[in-house]
Amino acid sequence: MSDEEDIVLSELADDELVQQMHDDLYDGLKEEIEEGTNILLERGWQPYNILTQALVEGMRIVGEDFRDGILFVPEVLLSANAMKAGMFILRPLLAETGAPTLGTMVIGTVKGDIHDIGKNLVGMMMEGAGFEVFNIGINNPVENFLEAIEQHKPDIIGMSALLTTTMPYMKVVIDTLIEKGMRDDFVVLVGGAPLNEEFGKAIGADSYCRDAAVAVETAKDFMKRKHNQMSASA
Amino acid sequence: MELAPSETHDFKRGQGSVLLIACGALAREIIQLIELNNWQHLDVACLPAKLHNTPEQIPEAVREKIRTNRDKYNRIYVLYADCGTGGLLDKVLEEEGDVERIPGPHCYSFFAGNDVFEARAEDDMRAFFLTDYLCRHFDKLVWEGFGLDRHPDMPSFVFGNYEKVVFLAQTKDEALERQAAEIAHRLGLAYEYRFTGMGDLASYMATAK
Ligand code: B12
Repeated sequence: MSDEEDIVLSELADDELVQQMHDDLYDGLKEEIEEGTNILLERGWQPYNILTQALVEGMRIVGEDFRDGILFVPEVLLSANAMKAGMFILRPLLAETGAPTLGTMVIGTVKGDIHDIGKNLVGMMMEGAGFEVFNIGINNPVENFLEAIEQHKPDIIGMSALLTTTMPYMKVVIDTLIEKGMRDDFVVLVGGAPLNEEFGKAIGADSYCRDAAVAVETAKDFMKRKHNQMSASA
Repeated sequence: MELAPSETHDFKRGQGSVLLIACGALAREIIQLIELNNWQHLDVACLPAKLHNTPEQIPEAVREKIRTNRDKYNRIYVLYADCGTGGLLDKVLEEEGDVERIPGPHCYSFFAGNDVFEARAEDDMRAFFLTDYLCRHFDKLVWEGFGLDRHPDMPSFVFGNYEKVVFLAQTKDEALERQAAEIAHRLGLAYEYRFTGMGDLASYMATAK
């Protein structure tokens, strides 16, 4: 997508710049994403609008092309790195300017596993969709999940695993929630390349999500249902 | 005998009675073992090693190999671990019937010995493993394969959670050892060498009859 002639980002009109940022994200150009983000901030854009219109929308296109076999792992990793850089600028501002909160999520990679790129991407896309996300990192034993639940009172718990050997640990976390009588207080979403729908069902998760876009849709759906239930019983 | 990451290859020395369907990353070791032990009954069909990075494609690729070869052999074995297929490879083998695979989650585990690997799992959690093959093809499969050459941030973006490179060596080879140490250095990680030999691969192949 990248054009060889030099494009001066600051000379572009807002809509052209946003379009260009989609291309730059696609091409994994970190510095350009940082620059574009800063330019939009200088022009008075709300951080949340930059996140959704420039970064999340750009990453949505990347995700689609990855799903359809047009992009491959290295391109996605480069894009994720660029997205992370934009997010790094926006995150502190998001907290100050009050982004909408559809709900709260705690997300982490389970014990024994330190793959985290997909999980972090899901976290960022959920933030972009209006969720408050607490990312508890990698190699999390059940105690870490319990502690984060206690502290953040999430609506959604997200678990990631990329290794066949660590997938089963998700069940340990879910079984602990059941034991403590807390399972029904949360929606549990699971993901990671070796997982599938059948596995999600077998361990008692609410949903397996193939990618970040599906995760966002699923989470929104659950929140809608939760609100409907609450207003029906009110 | 060394296969590049995208190569497929059929090694049919004696037109044997047993077929091994294998990951291309194992070709060299498998053929060494066949020659060393004079296992004339074994033929090998390799799938491209680069399927590693898209494990969702492995089960169907193996299924196709089984179907095209089923009539020509008395028995078929699969020299793929689960390899991140999340049980789908096992499901395909079950559906096709009468084909088994080498036990284990991935080749790092069966080269080390599945029991040994599991026992050390906690200590090795922040380890990135090299085998002879991955050492030889690190640049293609990992350095270029994950875009580490395309942005100075990428090595730390991808390997930021890692502490050490552990070279699980199948053969004694000083040139490879130097290469492995260089890889660790390039990634800014500590380096550890462990000689494994062929691990569970040798004992499993001995049972393939
Ligand atoms: C990149 C990668 C790595 C990087 C990890 C970088 C990092 N910081 O995470 C590096 C190179 C360091 C690495 C290391 C290893 N890896 Co690796 N790795 C991969 C690879 C190629 C891609 C993973 C990835 O990041 N994809 C891109 C992201 C965007 O996609 P994703 O992770 O799938 O996430 C998406 C969805 O799954 C979903 N999702 C993910 N998490 C969640 C969570 C929730 C809640 C939801 C809703 C959705 C969701 O949404 C995400 C975004 O769309 C996979 C193979 C593959 N294609 O999956 C192997 C793979 C997972 N690795 C594997 C292996 C074996 C290893 C090593 C043991 C290899 C070694 N030589 O040592 C080590 C692990 C050591 C350890 N101590 O853990 C195997 C696992 C095999 C098995 N049986 O389990 C795989 C399958 C490759 C293979 N076939 O051999 N790996």
